[in-house]
Amino acid sequence: MRSVWALAAMAALSVLTTSTTTLAGEPKQGGVLRMYHRDSPANASILEGATYSVNVPFMGVFNNLVIYDQHIAQNSPDTLRPELAESWSWSSDNKKLTFKLRQGVKWHDGKPFTSADVKCSFDLLMGKSQQKLRQNPRKAWYSEVNEITTSGDFEVSFNLKRPQPSLLAMLASGYTPVYPCHVSPADMRTHPIGTGPFKFVEFKANESIKLTRNPDYWKKGLPHLDGIEYTIIPNRSTAILAFVAGKFDMTFPTHITIPLLKDIKSQAPNATCVVEPTNVSTNIIVNSTSAPFDNIDIRRAVALALDRKAFIDILFEGQADIGGTMLPPPQGIWGMPKDKLATIPGYGPDVKANREEAKKLMQKAGYGPDKHLAVKVSTRNLAEYRDPAVILIDQLKSIYIDGELDVVETANWFPKVARKDYMLGLNLTGNSVDDPDQSFYENYSCGSERNYTNYCNKEIEKLFDEQSQEIDIAKRKPLVWEIDKKLQEDVARPIIFHARAGTCWQPYVKGVTIMSNSSYNGFRYEDLWLDK
Amino acid sequence: MFAYLVRRLFLMLVTLFGISVVIFVLLRIVPGNIVDILFAAAGYVDPADKANLEKELGIDQPLIVQYWHWISGFLRGDFGYSYVSEKPALQEILPRIPITAKLAGLALLFSASIGIPLGVISAVKQGTRLDYALRVVSLSGLSLPSFWLGLLILTAAVAMFGQIPIFNPNPKTWLEAFATYAVPAAAVGFRSAALTMRITRSSMLEVLRQDYIRTARAKGASETAVNYQHALKNAILPVITVIGIEAAFLIGGLIVTETVFNIPGVARFLVEAIRWRDYPIVQNLVMLIAVVVVVANFTVDMLYAVFDPRIRYTD
Repeated sequence: MRSVWALAAMAALSVLTTSTTTLAGEPKQGGVLRMYHRDSPANASILEGATYSVNVPFMGVFNNLVIYDQHIAQNSPDTLRPELAESWSWSSDNKKLTFKLRQGVKWHDGKPFTSADVKCSFDLLMGKSQQKLRQNPRKAWYSEVNEITTSGDFEVSFNLKRPQPSLLAMLASGYTPVYPCHVSPADMRTHPIGTGPFKFVEFKANESIKLTRNPDYWKKGLPHLDGIEYTIIPNRSTAILAFVAGKFDMTFPTHITIPLLKDIKSQAPNATCVVEPTNVSTNIIVNSTSAPFDNIDIRRAVALALDRKAFIDILFEGQADIGGTMLPPPQGIWGMPKDKLATIPGYGPDVKANREEAKKLMQKAGYGPDKHLAVKVSTRNLAEYRDPAVILIDQLKSIYIDGELDVVETANWFPKVARKDYMLGLNLTGNSVDDPDQSFYENYSCGSERNYTNYCNKEIEKLFDEQSQEIDIAKRKPLVWEIDKKLQEDVARPIIFHARAGTCWQPYVKGVTIMSNSSYNGFRYEDLWLDK
Repeated sequence: MFAYLVRRLFLMLVTLFGISVVIFVLLRIVPGNIVDILFAAAGYVDPADKANLEKELGIDQPLIVQYWHWISGFLRGDFGYSYVSEKPALQEILPRIPITAKLAGLALLFSASIGIPLGVISAVKQGTRLDYALRVVSLSGLSLPSFWLGLLILTAAVAMFGQIPIFNPNPKTWLEAFATYAVPAAAVGFRSAALTMRITRSSMLEVLRQDYIRTARAKGASETAVNYQHALKNAILPVITVIGIEAAFLIGGLIVTETVFNIPGVARFLVEAIRWRDYPIVQNLVMLIAVVVVVANFTVDMLYAVFDPRIRYTD
């Protein structure tokens, strides 16, 4: 009998504890989140931006039609949620995507949100409207969209040339907010108006960005914060010291390198820190239009010479990932499984054997111990480019290639690459959504503006289209793996590694989720709160 | 005197015109413009978009037209619009000037108030342990880069006090406001103070050996009177020259100090504007700095006459 009472007492205590925990976990209203920003973005217009320096501070100003669940780290087709759309549906031939829109939503200036705004936004992105964006880096995302049609104020349809299930992924990106029709693109660069949880207050270049709570937000009770203040601190040392001193509640997302993370953990042991993949790959671009890299053997030798693990050990203390074009699992949805990856030349664990094979290819091309190939390894003058380029030069020595570092200022980097004024380059490729269409068409499709190496394989192009139209994910994945494998075998743009980076926040910051397969989509911050 | 002033003023105008041409040409020689940078950052280029943007910003026009457009605007006080923020350039520049001016003023004050007395003490106590100690301090001031010293100060402040003395735009007390500027001013002024101290010391040593100093002592003047009234007054001219030059060089030190202490002044703003090739900001800001430097040098020349009655500017 005594034991029954004891059990009952324990059960009561347990219930009490649980309910206390729940109460302590109830979001609190108020407070201003203070973050530092790594640099001063060119402007406040996400549609014109091509760096997450724009997304992070301004994503909270807007809403998308659909969005990736902000509480699930891995973006996937299963985590798509309606936002300005209440629901969506595909036509039977999968060529028409229709959204039922939310009613009663207002822009920050009080005007009502309607389907006309959606049409305006996407016409702007497709270059079909009178008004033009100064830059339109993601126009290609909508190449399969014929037109946008509206039906009344609260229904809008995307009419496609062919089925493209990936369209939803791109619409859910932080890069795809809906803009108001009645505000010009120029005004959106300086004073953005959205429907999101936070209203824009001011953006002082090189100084600060301030957002305040939108009291009329259509999600009742949100956001929890009164505002967000970003102090622009380009000097990483100063920024991290300021975080350690408690001047900021959170670091800039995925801004902390692995070695620096150790410093933070030792100086601010109470801080919560996570390390996640950024879906940014470090890769080699080879100018195959002129000698010596017009020779496929030399290109293959370069790919075989890579000791990917050494890169990761040196730069990330072992915390980065080896993969193909697509981010590898488990964080990546579409990356090749390890066993398949290991079958690609150069990915096997025996680096020595790979390099012996590379040496044979070099000798076949006329190079050897007595005749080294001298190359310039061009890269941007940024640490994340320079550091791996130096390691690459060191590794190429093992196959009779003498590399010389050619550091190029950002302003000159792209024009240099575009005019093919390089031999070998070390490049970084960021993917805003973990999706094959975005990655394949943008970086490897014939004629794409971001296909720096002008790699063009009509056979693979057909496979791009085939996978792109496949509705069944289970059937699509093997197709994607096959394409990825072929791209690596063709030495289209040898992937060295997929980076990881850290984010830290003070223990009283609650509701933070750092996305694990994209650095561009997780900054709505509407239900982030401060337990102070 | 009047003819001298007119001649100096004319020379100032010629110098400023030369500077305007140099700024304009140098900016165009540097590879890439704002459009290149915007597209480079985006990783793609659309020739039509690029041409439209160049036309919108007026950088497709012949260089002589661009120069005339800028310089005539500058003379009228119309600084144009920043390419990046799309706000009036003057509106971007003006609020930042007082911040840097306060910092530079405090740094110079720190430099003079520390450098001159310590230089005098070092000269008077020549060959003593104190002299050696002060010379080590001055050498360290000249050797330590200001960005490193700045980071050292920040790290020490966080480690020892749990506080970081970076820029605070809304100080609550007068003390907080002073600290916002005083710490970085000390970091950037330390090098100037060291230089001022060394110049003061060497100049004082030369003057202290003069006959009139011996005469002053023979007349029974106190050591303080000898050192500060007789010797320093005559030794100060080279120090004033150095402080004048330092005022111009300070902008270089301020760029790194403003970056390390995250101060939104014009020096850091200028570097960012150069990075973006934001011509209206860079051209106008450098021109303003040039005007300040030229006027400061002119003022220093005029101060010679005030401090040394033997100097007279004749026609």
